[in-house]
Amino acid sequence: MKIFNIYLSGVGGQGIGLISEIILRAADHAGLNALGVDTHGLAQRGGMVSSHIRIGENIHSPLVSKHKAELVISLERHEAVRAAADYLAENGTLVYYNTSWQPLPVRLKKAQGISEQQVEDFCQKGAFRLFKVYQNDLPDPRMQNIALLAAICKNKLVAGLAVEHYQKAMNDLMAGRMLETNLGMFKSLI
Amino acid sequence: MKSFADMLLSREAFSEIVMGNTAVVRAMIEAGARVVTSYPGSPTPEIASAIAGIKAEDRPFYFEFSTNEKVATEVAYGASVNGHLSTVFFKSVGLNVAADTFVQLSLMNLIGGMVVILGDDPGANSSQNEQDNRHLARLSYTPIFEPANPQEVYQYYKAAAILSRQLHIPVILRLTTHVCHAKQKVNFAAWQPADFDKTPAFDVKNGPYMPLTSLVFPMKRRALGNLQQVAEMSENKGLHQLVGNENPRQGIVTFGMPFLSLLDCLAESGGKPDILKLGMIYPLPQKLIAEFLRNHEEVFVLEELDDIIEGEIKRLAFEQQIKVKIHGKTDIESWIGEYTADKVAVLLAAIWPEIAPKPAAAPDFSVAVPPRPAQMCPGCGHRSAFHAVKQALGDDDIKVADIGCHTLGFMPPYNMGQLLMCMGASTGIAAGMSLFNASRSVVCFLGDSTFFHAGIPGIVNALFNKHNITLIIMENGTTAMTGHQDHAASGRNFNQATDKIPVRGVLEGLGVKHIYEVDTYQQEKLTEMVKEAVAVEGFAVVIARHPCMLKLMREQRRKENFQAKMVSIDKQACNQTHACVSDFACPTFIMHEDGSIDVNPDLCIGDGSCLQTCPAKAINRPENR
Ligand SMILES: Cc1ncc(C[n+]2csc(CCOP(=O)(O)OP(=O)(O)O)c2C)c(N)n1
Repeated sequence: MKIFNIYLSGVGGQGIGLISEIILRAADHAGLNALGVDTHGLAQRGGMVSSHIRIGENIHSPLVSKHKAELVISLERHEAVRAAADYLAENGTLVYYNTSWQPLPVRLKKAQGISEQQVEDFCQKGAFRLFKVYQNDLPDPRMQNIALLAAICKNKLVAGLAVEHYQKAMNDLMAGRMLETNLGMFKSLI
Repeated sequence: MKSFADMLLSREAFSEIVMGNTAVVRAMIEAGARVVTSYPGSPTPEIASAIAGIKAEDRPFYFEFSTNEKVATEVAYGASVNGHLSTVFFKSVGLNVAADTFVQLSLMNLIGGMVVILGDDPGANSSQNEQDNRHLARLSYTPIFEPANPQEVYQYYKAAAILSRQLHIPVILRLTTHVCHAKQKVNFAAWQPADFDKTPAFDVKNGPYMPLTSLVFPMKRRALGNLQQVAEMSENKGLHQLVGNENPRQGIVTFGMPFLSLLDCLAESGGKPDILKLGMIYPLPQKLIAEFLRNHEEVFVLEELDDIIEGEIKRLAFEQQIKVKIHGKTDIESWIGEYTADKVAVLLAAIWPEIAPKPAAAPDFSVAVPPRPAQMCPGCGHRSAFHAVKQALGDDDIKVADIGCHTLGFMPPYNMGQLLMCMGASTGIAAGMSLFNASRSVVCFLGDSTFFHAGIPGIVNALFNKHNITLIIMENGTTAMTGHQDHAASGRNFNQATDKIPVRGVLEGLGVKHIYEVDTYQQEKLTEMVKEAVAVEGFAVVIARHPCMLKLMREQRRKENFQAKMVSIDKQACNQTHACVSDFACPTFIMHEDGSIDVNPDLCIGDGSCLQTCPAKAINRPENR
């Protein structure tokens, strides 16, 4: 099987760890060899955070190389463009949750924020596939990651992973009310 | 849900996707570790998180977070000379703190064995430097195992424990950030809990344990003798991995994570050099390496951070007159940063371009995405403190930062922090800057975990030597930056409730005469207090207190009757002075193109600390969502 690299990005506090762990475990449930690694430490305080997932046979380091990710998943609009520009491979796909957490320089009016249009233009220029996800009326903003995961599952963005693999992975990682609400929403969106 | 605790305690062999930091806990259990200690620091605190997942009564070993890395090392040493296999773990720079004790370990007869786990941080992902702790291992004659991935973390810990117990010596397991955090399916062996002997085995006959003047020499002789013995054992091919491609021209010696980066590069380029991947990296298997050198025309030493084994291998080639061209570090850049596949590709290209992978093409257009530095969380008490302290100080006053979440106060718009060194250093540095200085007030910051870790000596010195400085203690009740570990003033240790050691009580006991204390959300009061403290001729302390809101919110969200809140903007009252974004700068505020302000519902926790900072009173009280 060809190597499939996934780079995930977001802002510390958005719950990137859960979505990347679910995908990694889903790959395992699908019988695929997979490696992963997350950002820990300092950057988790409102900084840019990332996760790497690699799926395939001849893979060694868990880190994805620049411009070699078949799929970039981002929980935030600015981070979507940053990640895509640095990591997306030719013919790659960007899927992002369309929320904006303004970086400090934008709030201080020292820099321009990224608009939805800019994300579209970027993907058009690069001939990247683009999926924009947004879910109205989420009971809790911390469920944006699950809305994004549902879109990834529904559009079969990770080759070889099916609904049941994602669900098994969610079952591995959550219990009780948390599992109920997250799985419930996941199912309603796929 | 999978129970990671059940998994870590499983009697049967199993395989599971885990990080290196989790894999090592299972290795401790299988190896029979009895006492494990630490002080938190990235990349290692998740080792403690995995331990915390096991209920205290089920835990096969004792664990504590000690006051600092030095004390943690001492506790583990004490347990070892009493016959218990012990382990201490901490981050790279933690070894500087532990060093005074650590460098003595190899002189001692460690009856129970002791494994020292070091979390080095190439790439300075969350550290104040990239120090290569292999230097301190050599300085102290301590063997090192270095794994490349979680599977090896598990195996090498067990090998380190066996070696340590066999020779009664300290052994280092050196991990790097992305080995600690890498996730992989690891195959674990079965485990049979063994009865263990609780009798304190300490006996001076096993010593000497008193390294004093001439007594040092027999102990040093023993340490060097042990090291020689380990050097012979390191020739065991099972400790290393030879990737043989029968390539008489090109050989590469490497170890740790860079080995994986190299394999990824070669998988892509199709290059087939021979590779000697070392598992024990100190002392080196000299015969094995000499043979590898003899079998190749050219050998590349692929070594992250400093050029330690490159030097040793060159010496070996020189001494044994082996005719081989040895490539190593070329320029300053090769000493810097993590050896990712991208970096290794560049290094290979400079030496053997034919086996270097082609870099993937970057898009030929770019979008300027504003940088996103880390920042204090919504509601963080440190933010309120910095905002208030700033009002009390002149631009010209000197602000010395320390390590913790509050380090982030150095960023705009607060600019409360102009120098940073290491944990607990701020008070001493401030004292030095106050000398011959009659014109610029000197203020320094210190976190509460750091107060106990390394802060107290600087404070004692300020009193003892009558320094004219103001110390602001940022008390949030926890070790926030590294993931909310309890400390001496928290009222809990890792295992149970304990009496708080109050920061204020300690200061009073030391005889600090000027102590001010206030909750940081009372900003005006804090500003006044800082002004008063700075005006004091001598040493004054302001305790700027507020619980860590990230921790508090997590605890509250777990409660049944939790009600989320948030503030909102009174658009009528808002006159767009923008103090909320440009002065108070809570990440919750959104600045629109037209200059209007909104509140980001993803971020606001409804703490209301911002209300007092709006001159137009245009922020509405927090309301239920
Ligand atoms: C010698 C050393 N050990 C550990 C660390 C890791 N570390 C970075 S910040 C920090 C926490 C400091 O806690 P505290 O002083 O209470 O400040 P807070 O983060 O809570 O604001 C630690 C332990 C370090 N940088 N240096």
